[in-house]
Order: sequence, then structure tokens, then C-alpha cells
Amino acid sequence: MAPTVKLSIFRFDPAKDKSYRFQDFDLPHSPGLTMLDAMFYIQDYIDPSLAFRYSCRAGICGSCAMHIDGSYRLACETPSSIALDRRVTIRPLAHMPIVRDLVVDFTNFWKQYRKIMPYLMPGTPPPDKERPQTPAERQKLDTLIDCILCAACHASCPMTGSDEDYIGPAVLTKANRFAVDSRDDALPQRLQVVSDDHGVWRCHTVFNCSLACPKDIDPAGSIGNLKRLATKNFVGRSPTK
Amino acid sequence: MYYHDVLVVGAGLAGLRAAIAVNQKNVNVAVLSRVYPVRSHSGAAQGGINSPLGNNPRGGFDSVDKHAFDTVKGSDYLADQPAVMKFIGMAPEIVYELEHWGCPFDRNPDGTLAQRPFGGAGFPRTCYAADKTGHVILHTLFEQAVRFEQASERENFKFYDEWLVTRLVVEDNICRGVIAYHMPTGKMEAFMAEAVIFGTGGAGRIYIPTTNAGISTALGMAIPYWAGVPVKDMEFVQFHPTTLYPCGILMTEGCRGEGGFLTNKNGERFLANYSDSAKAMETAPRDIVSRNMRREILEGRGIEDAWINLDIRHLGADKIMARLPGIRDISMNFAGVDPITQPIPVRPGQHYTMGGIDTDENGATSVAGFYAAGECACVSVHGGNRLGGNSLLETLVFGKISGMAAADYVTSKSGLKKGDAALKGALQAEEDRFKQLTESPAEAPERAADIRNELGKVMNEKVGIFRKEDELIEAFKAVKGLQKRFKNVRVGYSGRTFNNALISTLELEANLAMAEVIVAGAASRKESRGSHSRLDYPTRNDKEFLRHSVYTWSPEEKKTKPSWKPVQLGIWEPKERKY
Repeated sequence: MAPTVKLSIFRFDPAKDKSYRFQDFDLPHSPGLTMLDAMFYIQDYIDPSLAFRYSCRAGICGSCAMHIDGSYRLACETPSSIALDRRVTIRPLAHMPIVRDLVVDFTNFWKQYRKIMPYLMPGTPPPDKERPQTPAERQKLDTLIDCILCAACHASCPMTGSDEDYIGPAVLTKANRFAVDSRDDALPQRLQVVSDDHGVWRCHTVFNCSLACPKDIDPAGSIGNLKRLATKNFVGRSPTK
Repeated sequence: MYYHDVLVVGAGLAGLRAAIAVNQKNVNVAVLSRVYPVRSHSGAAQGGINSPLGNNPRGGFDSVDKHAFDTVKGSDYLADQPAVMKFIGMAPEIVYELEHWGCPFDRNPDGTLAQRPFGGAGFPRTCYAADKTGHVILHTLFEQAVRFEQASERENFKFYDEWLVTRLVVEDNICRGVIAYHMPTGKMEAFMAEAVIFGTGGAGRIYIPTTNAGISTALGMAIPYWAGVPVKDMEFVQFHPTTLYPCGILMTEGCRGEGGFLTNKNGERFLANYSDSAKAMETAPRDIVSRNMRREILEGRGIEDAWINLDIRHLGADKIMARLPGIRDISMNFAGVDPITQPIPVRPGQHYTMGGIDTDENGATSVAGFYAAGECACVSVHGGNRLGGNSLLETLVFGKISGMAAADYVTSKSGLKKGDAALKGALQAEEDRFKQLTESPAEAPERAADIRNELGKVMNEKVGIFRKEDELIEAFKAVKGLQKRFKNVRVGYSGRTFNNALISTLELEANLAMAEVIVAGAASRKESRGSHSRLDYPTRNDKEFLRHSVYTWSPEEKKTKPSWKPVQLGIWEPKERKY
């Protein structure tokens, strides 16, 4: 007989439940089974009402970030085998309203995303071909462009929990990605946006974000860089990258 | 009822590029997507996007003509040649546009866009960002879409996130809009529009295993099909040679483009033993490599009779970390193998749907005001087999073209905002259908998952890389049987908010409809061409089958009608295909 995966999953339907509860699910393990697979199994064979988000099941779309066994991670990249010897708890991302069960409302996250002018702003019209960029300049974007906007860091951050207008580590990483791009000429405007009351100074360098990131990005490093640039821009001499 | 001039369904690359093109023409546009845009399956594309820029030292003589010829040859001559010329002709501007929008492509030392070799290509012409090219392009397009959304000088650009479109409303062969289900609230609404563009992606989830995302089901093809729009060349299904064993996640063709080897259990690079891959070896096109891998496994030279080794160890740790970091992560996370020290276990798996909604080279269909672009569409520029690196290009080129065409159609259209009654009727019909699936009792209740799993297995085993008459007949009977059983499927949960079970049931019905067309097309195409490989008809037969298969659903008779359409040649005469 296959060994048993033992899960305890957060359930809450705001439309009819007064409060949340945790529901236990036991299901058969198979080699390579992931937590996302386990949720599909539950939906198919145990309880069709379980709500969760999914898409690529390969760690690149950012749909299935949740709190599994004490930390934020992607369900599709987490092996179910961690729940063989003991029951593992799965909860939704924190600091966002619950839509149902493991699905949370990202409205505020996307609002923060839209706040930071998340697009390249070159100062000159495009040339006929590519804008040249050296490999060294391009290398500055490495890891920053890996962000899948899964919000694992956002949920792990105590500051996003206490200030819902805080831009948050994921979106600040995006802001830094454009700030350090050799092709972008909007550094002063970008720094203006990220250094208001709900911007980089809200970060208390707890580093939860850098621990939580499933793509090994360092949002705290990005925020530190933006703080450095903002300081040079507003306190020191003219802005430089 | 909502109203927009143009609705775009799907927020992957084709959908986003189409929406931007509509708005660039100062026409009001809304994008409906069942997931947040950056969750779309375009983001899982790894290897790159083709364009004959000639930036690689070995690519200096590349040209639009040569890229177009490779595409036509790769298609086993089933692609429409004028459409291919238009397609490749726009490749340079499309890639430069992405770069201007901030896409972080990898670079050459001189600052130009780097290009890597890919299968079936005469020159290295695949632009890339490590092995995360789809991801960076998808994010770049979403960023630009937000820029358009925030711009005040043009007509509105609006996103409707987590709205699943379930029905296309057509009246007197004119598109009136769609019905959509808002997953977070559970409400259903009618959306009126002058034009609708589908960019809903491929239908890989008909098969098990597949590299495709859970959301890549046949729904986006079946919805227009049920509304009377024909589908084309559905029997052409691409099996990617290298999907991770056993979970089926894609291992980019870039692994081989960068110099990786495929070896059997004797450690032999077996592609040398097959005449169609002896010269190009690992960089032969996907259909050929997949077939030869399957042959090795069938003849007992696979590892544990199940997989082939993808060996990239000789590239060295530095190159693997720089060019294929995502491949290393996936191998370690999902197979427990570090490609720096161990070969990666791979097998061919369903990857791409060459067929799709029958469109012309402007993305237009037989229904006025209804357009399609990207993997859900079939122009056809891929014919019998798509070349790696051409799909990302297709989404952007035909996304842009169809967006411009839809905007022009709306601008010149007279008699706007019609179809109120048809939309209201369709909305009621969808409400009734949801109730039927969730609440009405069934005589012998069936579980959607059982039918889905059986369908995936039958399609993989009998309508896979190799096909033959008796197995296709068995598969057809099996699909018909599953369609019958589907009538007794009940969802088991009637709540409306994020009802995943309901959504996957709607998708299953669509998968069953498109599976029937795939099997019927495969049975009637008594030849081998591109990805369609008949053991009982092992050669290409241009006399009878140099033509597109077309299937049209008749809502009155509740059955599908086959027909054929000629291939547009005119530039290159069909020849035997060898690499």
C-alpha cells in the first residue's frame, strides 16, 4: 500500500463561514508527488470544493505560493513527501483578504505594482535596431528579472501586514530592476515614487523576503539599493546608478 | 452587461500583444483572462524567439528568406507559404520592439542581441534570456500593457482578471460578444463587443503527460468551434523530445542548442543511426528527434525501458549556470538530479498544438468580427511541425496583426452595439448549464477526473507519436464512449466562488470535443507528415494530402463535418525532408 500524505488545510468561505477551520486530508503518496498534485487529488477524489490557484505546475507562473509547513513556498515545487511522517499544515498567503480557502485577493498587490511605473522609460526615441547593452550592463538585471510576482515575499513581510499602502518587497524589486537598467532614463521619477512614506523607508530590513523567495532573489538587497540611490539623489549630489 | 469595442480573451503573449495593437489604433479594448496575466502559460516558454537578425558570428548570412524556408521545410510543406513570408518578414521588427520595451534579452560582447542555435534552423537565430525567455517576454508585455492602461491620451484599456470566458455569442455569422464567469465572485456576465480576439493558447491538457500548464485546455478552441468557427489541422500535435521523466516538465531545446547530447542506455548518441537525423543529430527538428527517441525506447535501448538521457555535463558548470539555470533548478527540484554531475532523464511528451481555430493571415475567421492568434489559432505557419523558437514569434506577430485587423474592422463597422437579445439568451443558457452540471441529479454519476485521465491515456497511447488505423479506430470509439459518459458527470460542489471542479468539468467537455477532431483528422490523413506519423502509411503523400483538414461543428445536427482546404504554395516546391 502506498504511504499516506497527511495534510491539514485552511478552509474558509467568507460568504457563509463565521470563521476559518483546518481540515485534515489523507491521500496516497506516489513518487514525485508535489503539494499542488496533492491538492488536485483532493479536488478530484476527496473534496471538490477545495479552492486554490494553479497554472504552470513548474515554478514559473507564480500562482501557487502559499504557507506550507511553516514557510512561504510554491506548492508545485514542494514535495508531498514532507507530509508522510507527520501532518503538514497549509495556509493561504498572509496580509491579503481571503477569497476562499487558499485563494487570496491580490487586488492591493497589483495596485502597488501599478504604482511604480513598472515599465522601461528610455529618454530617447527607439533606434532602428536594438538599444545596445553590454553583457556587464545586462548582468545587473540577473535574478531581478526572475521575479514571478508570486507574493511569497510580500506575505512574509511584517511591514506589508501593518501598512497596506506599503509597496512591498516584490514590487520594490521590480522598481529596482528598472532603476538599474542601463536603458532606463527615469531614475529621479522612480526614486520619487519609492521613497515616499509607503516606500523603501518602510522596510525595517527584517530579511524575511529574501528568505522566502522561491526564486532565490534578494528583495532586501533591491530595497537596500533603492535606499542608497534615494539617499544619494535627495541628500547627496546628482543621482547616479 | 459590459461593453467594449474589442474584447481580447487570454492575457498571454498573443492576447497582450493583440490588446496593445488595438489600443495603439486608439480603439477601446478589454482583456479577459482566467488567470492574472503573468500566470499565463507563455511564461513557461524557455528557449527563445527566432528572428533572422544575423547577430551570431555563424549567422551572418541569415535572411528572412532562409528563415522562412526553414519554417516551411520544418512544417513538412504543410505551412501556407505566403503566410510564412509575412510571419518571418515581421520577425526583426517584433524582436526589436520587445527590446525597446525593455525585454532583458542576453547580449553579445558588442551589445547586440545574442542568438543561439535551435533545431531545424540553418543559422543561430534564436534570441533568448537564459532559459526563461517566455517569462521575461510575458512580463515585458504585461508591463507595457500597464503603460497603455495608465496612458490617458488614448481610449481605455482595461483588464478583467480571473474572468473565464465560457461561450462565444454569434448571431447571423456576426460576433456579438462573450459570456464569462468571474471566478472570485462567482457571477456570470455578458460582454458585448464589436470584435473578439481569442489568444487562449494550446490544448495540451487533452494528453497525459504534457508540458502544458493546467490551464492549457481545449476550451479556447472548443468555444468558437461550438459557435460554428471551423478548426484546422488538429491532428498535428507536437511531441517535445525532452520532457522531464516522469513529471513531464519541459527541458528546453536550448539544452541541445547549447550542445547537449541524447544518449541511450549504452551511452551511445543514437541519433547518428537514423538517416533523418544523422547529420543534424541533436539539432534535428522536434518531430524527428521525438520519433527516434521513442524508437530507441521501444527497441529496448532506453534506460529502464522508460527514458533517454539528456547529457549536458560536458558543457561545464559555468555554461550550465549561465545559460541553463532554470533547467538545473527544475532537474533538482522535480527529478533530484543535478545536470552538472548527472544526465537528465527525459522522454518525448505532448508539447504544442499545431492545429487550431482556422484563421487567415490577418487572424480573421469565418465569423465576422471574430479573430484568433497564437497557439489556439492555425494560420497555418507551422504546418505539420513547428520549429522551436517560432511559437513565441507567432504569438507576437499574429497577436499584433489580429489586433490591428480587429481595430480596423471596428472602426469601419456600421450598426454598433447590437445583439442584446442574443447575449441575454446566451447568459441564461450558461446559467442553466452551470446549474445542470452542479445541481441536477444524474442516473449514474461519473467523476470528471476518471474521464479526464482515461482520455489523456488513450490519446497518448493511440494518438501519440506513432499512429495506425486500428488503434485510431479504437481511440475514436473510446473518445465517443467518454463523451457519452460525460453526460453523467456532476461537479459535486455547487458554490460559485472559485469552483475549480466546475471549471475543470467545463474544460473536460472541451477536451473531449477537440480530441474527437484530433482522432478523426489523424484517421483520415493516411500519410506521414511532420508530427503525424502513420506506421501503416510511412511516407508523405503530396498528391492526396498536401492540404489542410478542416472540421466544422454543426450546432443543428450536433455533429462535426470534415472538409479539406488547399495549401498555399508558390515559393518552394515540396521536397523530401532530411536534416
